[in-house]
Amino acid sequence: MPGRIELVVNGERRSLEVEPRTLLVHALRDGLGLTGTHVGCDTSQCGTCTVLLDERAVKSCTLLAVQAAGSSVTTIEGVARDGVLGPVQRAFVEHHGLQCGFCTPGMILTATDLLSRDPDPDERTIRHALRGNLCRCTGYDPVVAAIRAAGTELRTGVAT
Amino acid sequence: MIPAQVAYRRAATLKDAVDALADPEAKVVAGGQSLVPLLKLRLVRPTLLVDIGDLELRGVSMDDGEVRVGALTTWRELLDAPAAGGPALAAIADCAAGIGDLQVRNRGTVGGSLVHADPASDFPAVAIALGASIVLRSPAGERTVATADFFAGPFTTTIAPQELVTELRLPVAPPRSGSAYVSVEHPASGFALAGAAALVGPGAERSVAVTGIGSHAFALPGGDPAALADVEVFGDHFASAEYRRHLAGVVVRRALDDAARRAEEGR
Repeated sequence: MPGRIELVVNGERRSLEVEPRTLLVHALRDGLGLTGTHVGCDTSQCGTCTVLLDERAVKSCTLLAVQAAGSSVTTIEGVARDGVLGPVQRAFVEHHGLQCGFCTPGMILTATDLLSRDPDPDERTIRHALRGNLCRCTGYDPVVAAIRAAGTELRTGVAT
Repeated sequence: MIPAQVAYRRAATLKDAVDALADPEAKVVAGGQSLVPLLKLRLVRPTLLVDIGDLELRGVSMDDGEVRVGALTTWRELLDAPAAGGPALAAIADCAAGIGDLQVRNRGTVGGSLVHADPASDFPAVAIALGASIVLRSPAGERTVATADFFAGPFTTTIAPQELVTELRLPVAPPRSGSAYVSVEHPASGFALAGAAALVGPGAERSVAVTGIGSHAFALPGGDPAALADVEVFGDHFASAEYRRHLAGVVVRRALDDAARRAEEGR
């Protein structure tokens, strides 16, 4: 019983057919071709599917697309503006906050939510915020450093 | 995995939602943080999902000597609510800050957690220790049940088939009361191996509830750690029954200490 839903994705109004059982992540990837949102697990644990739903980080694999109807979604494709990486993305590059990059879309969007509420988080706060984002490469230290640096840039306008 | 075929209805009113639950195979979905993982694993296969996300059941307010928490209030909203602050309610923030992860706290709701009734879930212990009651709506009207009487077993509550949780009501404790929630978590899942919530009043009267060690959260008689000796505790390959019983004693004492300190310091 597919139905049509409307939502705003990365600032653009989009309309697509989904079944009630379709997960938001599959609607984004298969319906809209936004494959930057990854699927890393079947159990809602890995967080690489994280997107912003009305500015808050959520796991798009743990949400039905129909539940997101009428909302605004930001995926990793919507973080850079006019081909210029955002401050969080730049900090990840500068501080080696990624190796294979599979977890990175989710990391960036979780960090974006955290920094929107708390632009000066301490290390403990950052690690607590990353509890739902698994990385098997970096050991997290450079991810934490990147998020601190992104916070500094967002507060002061100066990249570190 | 992809959930099985299911019909979906977004309820516009409380009556609409309760009426839709006349279908015995219907399930309510709110934040979806407990239900959607079960749908994906096909451990639950409802024929109809009734989405209550648009209902006006959100927010925390102080009313008539009670703190009222709408069933759709997320953990994030609960953490940000001034009405859920102060030393007597500090157990709420202790608990909500550690639930799931940042993403789950953004979506997961208080009402959803209560009806899911995971035996290792944190919040039921807090609700019981603070003397909370749960407001339920059905076609027959409204009823209120003490949280301690709401849980019946693992993933099982005393909710009737056509009932919906609408609100949690917390009595305001007298001045110079303090509360706390302390848990020892499984390091991978984050669920409590043992968790305890304590409320200590101005005359050192105490109320304690424990989660993670039995089939559901329960009030500890007399708030006394020694009473754990008589409790039926379950064990698994992560933590034996005896280890869980030991941990329960540790978290009960820590929660009582933290609650007493907050009562004394007033913050």
